[in-house]
Amino acid sequence: MELVLSAGIGVLAASGIWLLFRPRTYQVIIGLSLLSYAVNLFIFGMGRLRVDAPPIIEKGGAGGLLTHADPLPQALVLTAIVIGFAMTALFLVVLLASRGFSGNDHVDGRE
Amino acid sequence: MSILDHLPILPILIPLITAAALIPINDRNRDMKGVISVLSSAVVFVVSLSLMYAAADQPEGMPLVYLLGNWSAPYGIVLVVDRLSAVMLVLSSLVALGAQTFSMARWHRQGFHYHSLFQFMAVGINGAFLTGDMFNLFVFFEIMLGASYGLLLHGSGPMRVKKGLHYIAINLAASSLFLIGVSLIYGATGTLNMADLALRIGQLNVENRMLMEAGAALLGIAFLVKAAMWPLGFWLPGAYAAASPPSAAFFAILTKVGAYILLRFSMLLFGAGAGPSAGFGLSVLLYGGLATILFGLIGVLASQALGRLAAYCIIVSSGTLLTAIGIADRAVIAGALLYLVTSTLAACALFLLIELVERARDAGADVLAVTMEAYGDSDDDQVETEVGVAVPGTMAVLGLCFVVTAMLLAGLPPFSGFLAKVSILHGLFGSGPPGAAINFQGLSGAQWAYVALLILSGLSTLIAMNRVGIRTFWISLEGTVPRIYMIEIAPILLLLGACAVLTLGAGSAISYLEATADALVRPQGYIESVLSVPRIASPRGD
Repeated sequence: MELVLSAGIGVLAASGIWLLFRPRTYQVIIGLSLLSYAVNLFIFGMGRLRVDAPPIIEKGGAGGLLTHADPLPQALVLTAIVIGFAMTALFLVVLLASRGFSGNDHVDGRE
Repeated sequence: MSILDHLPILPILIPLITAAALIPINDRNRDMKGVISVLSSAVVFVVSLSLMYAAADQPEGMPLVYLLGNWSAPYGIVLVVDRLSAVMLVLSSLVALGAQTFSMARWHRQGFHYHSLFQFMAVGINGAFLTGDMFNLFVFFEIMLGASYGLLLHGSGPMRVKKGLHYIAINLAASSLFLIGVSLIYGATGTLNMADLALRIGQLNVENRMLMEAGAALLGIAFLVKAAMWPLGFWLPGAYAAASPPSAAFFAILTKVGAYILLRFSMLLFGAGAGPSAGFGLSVLLYGGLATILFGLIGVLASQALGRLAAYCIIVSSGTLLTAIGIADRAVIAGALLYLVTSTLAACALFLLIELVERARDAGADVLAVTMEAYGDSDDDQVETEVGVAVPGTMAVLGLCFVVTAMLLAGLPPFSGFLAKVSILHGLFGSGPPGAAINFQGLSGAQWAYVALLILSGLSTLIAMNRVGIRTFWISLEGTVPRIYMIEIAPILLLLGACAVLTLGAGSAISYLEATADALVRPQGYIESVLSVPRIASPRGD
């Protein structure tokens, strides 16, 4: 499972970074989205990978990282997803405005 | 718990509530929205001032700690007000007050929800100064950046949209690095609370230390992008020159947020208690800062348009600060903090002045009317409404303000820019008692380079400002005198007046900032008070 996750993060991040350096605004926004997926998975991975472990301790029960999943990265990743989504939406609007002004989709507004 | 105990949360709450309350009000009532917004900034300024006095009254540089949600640290999130964050709060609210008042003359008419965006950015900035927790720092950073995208695009036009696109792309990429850094640090240390982190860094084993340092390096890159260190700062001149003047004036504080966090982390996390990691990254800051000053210095000399000149002044001041952090000496940091305050106020005043000065220049005289393109589709159909009284003796007032700003930025006596540079130099050459022999031998090559660049950057700023001043005030072709309203000149006078107060009260300012630097160099007080603040007993008794 570790291998699949780390390969997934690696592929997403690598494609994201490659697209980020492309000259078209559409490529840039897809690159930023892929990069943010990679980052979100990475944050999740930092809570250590566990299968079938609850993140919340039952009332009165004792818990620890041996029996439970770390809930903090899950909360962090939620916040990061929301913020990343909002910023991507904003970037999309600016992208459209730029296209409207310059008539093409180059990041500098001209070929 | 009295209302006074809730002071630390107010610099975040007041702008947040104001921003939200202003959204539903129709934009036709702009002037009312502006007045409400300026009033709220004024209240935040007063709150910040009282926080600064409260922080100064604390013994031994102990900070005021506010437990959000009444969970004790490190489990709950905290707000921490120490001398440094209090002084940054005062600075940010002063800059906000000035820029916002200025925008009420005409700029807030160029688009929607200007004042809400402005207040949201204040929320983000103040939050970043106050928080004692890394993930909240990220959240406040994103609030600040999100609002700054809106402010940069305010007024629209092809130039702003193009520069906005670049600015947003760079900051989104930097935010990704920020998140990777924060999660690596969490994965390696198991905490996000800065005080708790400072305790744990010293006890990490080798593998976790490597991970933590990798995380800190990524985090550092994200902040260096914000602080515009060379070579990460190429986005800054274009973006700041394209922004509308009041937005650009408020942006003067943005690079300082990056510098503030780098200062905080370097001193708190990588101080003497960090074991093998002590002093991590300081040499990057030192040499990177020197390169930044050099880059800014050349840029200042090379720029023709005033907006770019001001942007390069910001890069110079950023480089000066980063180098001072890299030197990590108590006396140098105290001087650098005075420099931070002065250069931010002066840069903010300069961005506001540019608009007024360019109104005086006839468009034909200025070959490089690049910035005019940005105002391309301004509201030609709107009738210019008169805002208040026009200023008498316009050119004299403008010229005088320009001269004072130039002297502040270049660091000429008698103003606080000079005092700040002298105290940095004094710190470098060993802060012995007055009259003691100056220690010339103890300086490393990089420190000598810093001394040289400090003086040279002042000289180049002076030359560039002189050139612009002569071109604007003495050889204006037709001598058109612009109409300038009180509401536009008052904020500039306010910012320059604050520098004058800083100059007159330099003794107490420097002793305050020296105590600040003391507390930064010895963070035990910070760590202990954050981790030992008791919860407030609830009235129900549980």
